Amino acid sequence: MRKNLTQRLLQAVIVLAGVTLLIFVMLRIVPGNPIETMMGEHADAATVARMTAELGLDQPLYIQFFRYISSAVRGDFGTSYSLGKPVSQLMGSAFVNTLILAVFAALFAWIVGIACGICSAMKKNRLPDRLFMGFSLLGISLPVFMAAMFLQYIFAFQLKWVPISGTDSWAGFILPAIALGWNSAGQVAQMTRTTLLETLQEDYIDTARAKGRGPLGVLIHHAFRNAMLPVLTMMTVQFSGLLSGAVITETVFSINGIGRLMVQAISGRDIPLLQGTALLATTVVILGSLLADSLYSVLDPRIRKEG
Amino acid sequence: MLRTKQKRTEQAADLRLQSQIGEEERFGDLMRRMARENKTAVISFFVIILMVLAAALAPLLTPYEENGMDLLHRLSAPSTEHLLGTDEGGRDVLTRLLFGARVSLLIGVVPALLSLILGAVLGAIAGYRGGIADAVIMRIADVMLAFPSMLLAMVIMYALGGGILNVFLTLTLVNWANVARVVRAQTLKLRSSEFVEAAQIIGVSRNRIMRRHILPNCLPTLLVLFTLNIPASILTESSLSFLGLGIQPPNASWGLMINTGRQYLYNTPWLCFAPGAAIMLTMLAFNFLGNGLLDVLDPRMQKQ
Amino acid sequence: MNDRTLEVRNLNVTIRTDRREVRPVNDVSLDVLAGSIVGIVGESGCGKSMTARAVMGLLPYSGKVDGGTVRLCGREITALPEKERRKLRGSEISMIFQEPMTSLNPVIKVGKQVEETIRLHTECSREEAKEKTLAMFREVEIPEAETRYHCYPHQLSGGLRQRVMIAMAMVCKPKLLIADEPTTALDVTVEAQILNLLEHLRDAGTSVLIISHNLGVIARVCDYVYVMYAGRIVEQAATEVLFGRPTHPYTRGLFRSVNSLREGSATLETIPGVVPNLFRLPAGCSFSLRCGQCGANCEKNMPELLETEPDHRVRCFLTEKEDAE
Repeated sequence: MRKNLTQRLLQAVIVLAGVTLLIFVMLRIVPGNPIETMMGEHADAATVARMTAELGLDQPLYIQFFRYISSAVRGDFGTSYSLGKPVSQLMGSAFVNTLILAVFAALFAWIVGIACGICSAMKKNRLPDRLFMGFSLLGISLPVFMAAMFLQYIFAFQLKWVPISGTDSWAGFILPAIALGWNSAGQVAQMTRTTLLETLQEDYIDTARAKGRGPLGVLIHHAFRNAMLPVLTMMTVQFSGLLSGAVITETVFSINGIGRLMVQAISGRDIPLLQGTALLATTVVILGSLLADSLYSVLDPRIRKEG
Repeated sequence: MLRTKQKRTEQAADLRLQSQIGEEERFGDLMRRMARENKTAVISFFVIILMVLAAALAPLLTPYEENGMDLLHRLSAPSTEHLLGTDEGGRDVLTRLLFGARVSLLIGVVPALLSLILGAVLGAIAGYRGGIADAVIMRIADVMLAFPSMLLAMVIMYALGGGILNVFLTLTLVNWANVARVVRAQTLKLRSSEFVEAAQIIGVSRNRIMRRHILPNCLPTLLVLFTLNIPASILTESSLSFLGLGIQPPNASWGLMINTGRQYLYNTPWLCFAPGAAIMLTMLAFNFLGNGLLDVLDPRMQKQ
Repeated sequence: MNDRTLEVRNLNVTIRTDRREVRPVNDVSLDVLAGSIVGIVGESGCGKSMTARAVMGLLPYSGKVDGGTVRLCGREITALPEKERRKLRGSEISMIFQEPMTSLNPVIKVGKQVEETIRLHTECSREEAKEKTLAMFREVEIPEAETRYHCYPHQLSGGLRQRVMIAMAMVCKPKLLIADEPTTALDVTVEAQILNLLEHLRDAGTSVLIISHNLGVIARVCDYVYVMYAGRIVEQAATEVLFGRPTHPYTRGLFRSVNSLREGSATLETIPGVVPNLFRLPAGCSFSLRCGQCGANCEKNMPELLETEPDHRVRCFLTEKEDAE
């Protein structure tokens, strides 16, 4: 297990380095000098040259890259061109908002998804099953931006139950979290139903019933944990899905999170900010999958002892 | 979504190999079986055909022009004249929806096809050659897969700039890694299968084995991936367009229509919800079809 | 005091599949006397497992008991509400299954799984339950009980897992243990140990109903044997009687194929044909299609299960005739 974890960590670091390099290279192939773009048409050549040298943009690409890495490791991601503040500072406050949003969305997705999945599995092929599965299919096929706008239109605009946008109060997070978690909830529900139905066919379920366990006891004590193992692997995928969706949700609901910061960075042609946010988001995804892997091996004794 | 499906696709491909159904059952039979067993998939197939027809015949189906401005009738509600109302430029929404279908379907199909080819070739090379080629290709794929797809697309679109060709390229770059992983896994299994070993023993060249034995056996899996990649591409593009990073006006994809309609969400919600409904319908249809194919290819499902 | 632990009378089980119905258990009556081991033998698909499941109340969802009674120590149990049935399972009747590999929950420690039975049926503290479990582990001869308690199923051998299954079934001292092919998945040496264990349990006061297709197992431990074919009992007798004078053509066929193996004859004797599809049973005797001595009557009517000698019953027209003569 320990060796396994070290291996995984090492792999994560390699992937992270690759990601950094990829982002770095991609943002450098953008045509035009970013300083010129930043300063507008009226900048004189001397100032542009001075700024370029100051930011080290006249150095060869690989030197720029190693400089970036070495300062990034120390928590310095440079200064945002468009907002004039250190990128790390901007990301810090935005990250909290995105994290709250993502955690709420994940909670919504997991609670609703698992509950629906269990109900469906228990009432297989009957009305509740069809209803829940219809809903989850809708969830899967509904793009995040549609869910977001739909919820905003109905609950914030028509019914005025919650604020339309912003995060001045906790209520501001409700709709965005639901919009963001909707999709995942559908996936979790379908996956839970499938794996639960498969697990209920296992021999040890018969054993549990032969012991005198009732249907609910069998479900909770014997089927659920086994069925959740594959669902758990989905967590990795969802982590990255949630972050993708966060870009949209934050835009629709005007939440100052990492996703919105990225959109701002793109519209402001702000390379340090874009680089920092993309890197942060990807790091979170990689860490998330690492976490899911470790959790899996904690829950499944067969894997735990092997590694 | 796609990656969960991918997992099942892998498993299905696996089981097929074990039971060797692929060899006994011809492709046409598979499709016929799907038609018998999975009505939803058949309906979805016809919905897709209808959509393609509607997109292709758009100019014949509507009296209005795609960009026919009519400033006297801006933002009018749905009526018999304009079934889905008009937008901020007085353009007929239904007409733009039909023309948008051309762009959106193209954006679904082209990158799905390109990423399929790129992914299949790289995956097969990685799986069949092994060694350094494998290590390099798969590490690159790992890096691509570590990115949340939307963020990757945003960064690439930023680097390349807007426009439909760049959207194609971006979506191809975003999706190939998935395909490569599935194809590599399957190639690895095929490589150790008896008929490939037999071919090696009688001295068939590597390239020929790859072309004649490995890729054809991956075809059903590729078909499923293709079907599931289409809605994924449409979704990513509409999200990009929603943020203003995808297709640029005056071309209209459904995502872009939503993006422009968003400003009028509270007064004229149909500007957003009509193209939104179109996107959902497309995604549902392709997902149903993909699931149908998956079920047919998964021998475990056949027994039930 | 009733000396019959289990008393099954005219039990029918139907299973509904896509608008069709089959009856895998048809008019089955059997007794398990207190302190005895009784066997049910037959080919796969003959309804022996389904009989056991009906007694346990663990039929698949599409199946139900329609007709007949099951008495446990004189108490009718088929009509009991599900909640009451559940209380009986694990405490009064227990069951162990064919596949010890897959019959234990892979993510729970085996000790905890045994403890679960105790805690479901008795009020006792964690420590007491653990002590009882360890005592039970020793009773079923699991070495190093304390260590095994903390093992997961995948860390144990097949034989040990089956012992855990038995411990789990026996820990509440049930009156009846149903063993469904308890040794089929095990090595021959382990099989002998498990059978010894079952005999030991019988001597300690639990009646055992063994279901097996293996005549060797049946001969080795059973006091009384029922032979099933296509959902019906076709012959029943004490073990020595049945093995000494097999009467029904099907039972004889079974013995012939085993003997031809044992005597190393050049060709393996088999019963021609296959187990009939329950959807397409012949009009008369179920075995008529494969029977070498099938007469006109056999194809039309189902014979009764009649005594040919004291406590030896056979369902065959041929033996009836012999009686008449």
